[in-house]
Amino acid sequence: MSAVLTKGGHELPALDTSHTKHPPFLRLVSVELRKMMDTRAGLWLVISMAALTAIVMTIQLIVGLTQDINIKYADFIAGTTYSIGLLLPILGILSLTSEWGQRTAMVTFTLEPHRWRIIAAKLACVVAIAIASVAVALVLGTVANALFGAFGGTADWDFGVERLAGFAILQVLGVLTGFALAALLLNTPGAIVVYFVYSFVLPTLFAIGAELVGWINDIQPWVDFGDAQLPLGEWEWAKNDAAQLVVTSLIWLVLPLAIGLWRVLRAEVK
Amino acid sequence: MIKVENLTRKYGAFTAVDDISFVCRPGRVTGFLGPNGAGKTTTMRVMVGLTPATHGQTTIGGHKYHDIPNPGRHVGVLLDASAQHAGRTGREVLTIGAKTMGLPMSRVDEMLELVSLSGAEGKRRVRNYSLGMRQRLGIAHALLGDPSVLILDEPANGLDPAGIRWMRGLLKGYADRGGTVLLSSHLLNEVEQIADDIIMIGRGKIVAEGTPAELLQSTGTFFKAVEVEQLLDALVASGLHPAPVGDGYRVDAEALQVGKIAAANSVTLIELRPADGGLEDMFLELTADTQREDFGQVAPA
Amino acid sequence: MSAVLTKDEFQEPMTLDVSQTRNPPFLRLVGVELRKSYDTRSGFWLLMSMGILAVITLAIMTIVGVVNDNVEFAYEDFVAAIAFVTSVLLPVLGILLVTSEWSQRTGMTTFALSPHRLRVIMAKMVAGLAWTFVIIAFALVVGAVVNLLYGAMEGEMAWRFGWEGLTGFVITQSLAMLGGFALATLLLNSPAAIVAFFAYKWILPTLFAIGAALIGWFEDLLPWIDFQTAQGPLYEMTNMDGEDFAHLLVSGAFWLGLPLAIGIWRVLRAEVK
Ligand SMILES: Nc1ncnc2c1ncn2[C@@H]1O[C@H](COP(=O)(O)OP(=O)(O)OP(=O)(O)O)[C@@H](O)[C@H]1O
Ligand SMILES: [Mg+2]
Repeated sequence: MSAVLTKGGHELPALDTSHTKHPPFLRLVSVELRKMMDTRAGLWLVISMAALTAIVMTIQLIVGLTQDINIKYADFIAGTTYSIGLLLPILGILSLTSEWGQRTAMVTFTLEPHRWRIIAAKLACVVAIAIASVAVALVLGTVANALFGAFGGTADWDFGVERLAGFAILQVLGVLTGFALAALLLNTPGAIVVYFVYSFVLPTLFAIGAELVGWINDIQPWVDFGDAQLPLGEWEWAKNDAAQLVVTSLIWLVLPLAIGLWRVLRAEVK
Repeated sequence: MIKVENLTRKYGAFTAVDDISFVCRPGRVTGFLGPNGAGKTTTMRVMVGLTPATHGQTTIGGHKYHDIPNPGRHVGVLLDASAQHAGRTGREVLTIGAKTMGLPMSRVDEMLELVSLSGAEGKRRVRNYSLGMRQRLGIAHALLGDPSVLILDEPANGLDPAGIRWMRGLLKGYADRGGTVLLSSHLLNEVEQIADDIIMIGRGKIVAEGTPAELLQSTGTFFKAVEVEQLLDALVASGLHPAPVGDGYRVDAEALQVGKIAAANSVTLIELRPADGGLEDMFLELTADTQREDFGQVAPA
Repeated sequence: MSAVLTKDEFQEPMTLDVSQTRNPPFLRLVGVELRKSYDTRSGFWLLMSMGILAVITLAIMTIVGVVNDNVEFAYEDFVAAIAFVTSVLLPVLGILLVTSEWSQRTGMTTFALSPHRLRVIMAKMVAGLAWTFVIIAFALVVGAVVNLLYGAMEGEMAWRFGWEGLTGFVITQSLAMLGGFALATLLLNSPAAIVAFFAYKWILPTLFAIGAALIGWFEDLLPWIDFQTAQGPLYEMTNMDGEDFAHLLVSGAFWLGLPLAIGIWRVLRAEVK
């Protein structure tokens, strides 16, 4: 430390930081993972995801068996749209906004002032959870499909790597969208409402607009993120589909995330 | 160890902290004293990078806080004990801190024990903590990484008398072992008892600094009079600067001199003594024009 | 009670003289709750976004209507568009009225000042309904203004409005708000209540439709449990028959009455922290 003189003429000693390192990234990830599960809200969210998945599959199973409808493995997996697909984005939102709502960000950012590392750890966490959810869905789907076969249905196991990739990407996109909106708004109810508006209300508006106006019909595929994700489900890509997915993700995911991060990194934490 | 240089923080047109500079030395407890809204918390938040400074800078041991790797191991911070997730247990809060800093889990138990939170209390959710228990948890969190610098915002807040005494001993011991302690308070007696150095702040500006002994020197003379306006005029005419303190006045002069001036002007003195009120009078006086006066003057609803 | 007790008074019964104060009148509580609904940033922006979204929607509609010759809008279309926007956000208002007291811990102050919690809940509900009416009035006025502009640009005014549908409009908007309110009292947690509400409003109908298409007996049962569909006939009040009313009552009791009852019971005895 340079000669910083104080009132008394003494030099202030320097802090020796040579023996401490930044917390390794993986440690931050594991702490963030823990923070998502150790509150009642986080725990219940995960439990409801698993429970909803099981319930939806059970209903599918019962309906299929009693009504003599053939339900495939792929159908059981698709059914998780109403469980995992619905709640993963909420998890993405809460992972970020709960730090603000509960004001723990003050402590978090004091222990690791490089805020982007915390955000990156959270991001890694929610992606890991999305992938884990995919695994859980596959396992539960296997159980359900096996039961379907055992109780007299014809079990159809057709799935394939491509559809698996599509399914996984869908879940990751979902959780990232929630995360991006949360970074932008830093407010739990706000982010959840915007997320639902955008996933349920906007498509209706787009559909109406597209029907009435030619140019809305033309740009709709390039701005409707939900629509652009459809090819992922069946893994059937038409011309432009991939480009549309990229463009819509830029609008709905990358842009809010970028603005949100810029805000988080410099905001006063209260 | 802590160095604040020309620090200013503005919120729009309002200046919460106005060009302040001071240092906190190792082996000493520095008391940061000031009335409500003086800018103590804001200064501490700037120190740990939660609030950006408008001008100036703060360093800890020569580093910007942001540049200290794993800062929890060097600097223990307690800003607001209630800023914890209400749904976590006390033990869980410490566990998360310990994990972030890479500490063994045994440290969590040690800290719970240090701040006298029992095993059962550690398993309770923070929502159900009493005010003092929250404060103890916050202190435990600050001490978790065995830091050499402590930045504590009103650590005595909500502690019972035994707790305050315990904390006083703890911080003194910390400083004796070479640690640097900065604590804020508006409880003058508390700071007077614990601090080796005092920084006094009012309306964002430093109004006095020094050791308690230095600040208590030459406290002058305290007086009350019937014809007080007359006496004040006379004192000012003699080149003195009387200032209101409590229900009387204080002036930097011998009692004899004040008495003589009073007599010469036929003023009835009702009290004349060496000003003794310790820091309290100092505080009230130094911040007389910066504090919120006129408490209790509001008409009942 | 006099300020200081003297020795003599010490013998007298130490009672608090409460004859000089009354409970805050209900309307004052409503006024306070109304104020609390917009004096925070989140409340303010929720209300603002309803207004902004409504105006944006109408602007787009006007442009579409003017540019596209195949489309003709009437007054009722503009009002319906606003109703669509507000029916999404009004329930959120109903939710936040209740849950923000818990998440921000203001419930401690609120219930300390008015310990009769039922009165507070009722005041909140009335405040929510008041906002609903204000927003309906807003929809009617803004719709009229836009219709004037639109008519001026198109050269002809279409003031068509199914006035008999107005009652239905008011009722459905109120039910939407109350739906959010009920879930909020039940869950006392903003994220959970909002997720539950959207799931119930947007996902359940889809599931119901699938179920009805696949299972015969479910299709018969559906009108009795599908609150959303049961609200459909409200827009043509005149055509509602006894069965429609019965459907509305039964499904409403299940989706609104029940959660609200359990929720209020919970609020009344919950420990406020
Ligand atoms: N984000 C902000 N916007 C506007 N004003 C602010 C903001 N943050 C702090 N202030 C103001 O800055 C001033 C200093 O606040 P600060 O919290 O530092 O006071 P303090 O000295 O800690 O007081 P106390 O003893 O009551 O804790 C206050 O007037 C406060 O209202
Ligand atoms: Mg403070």
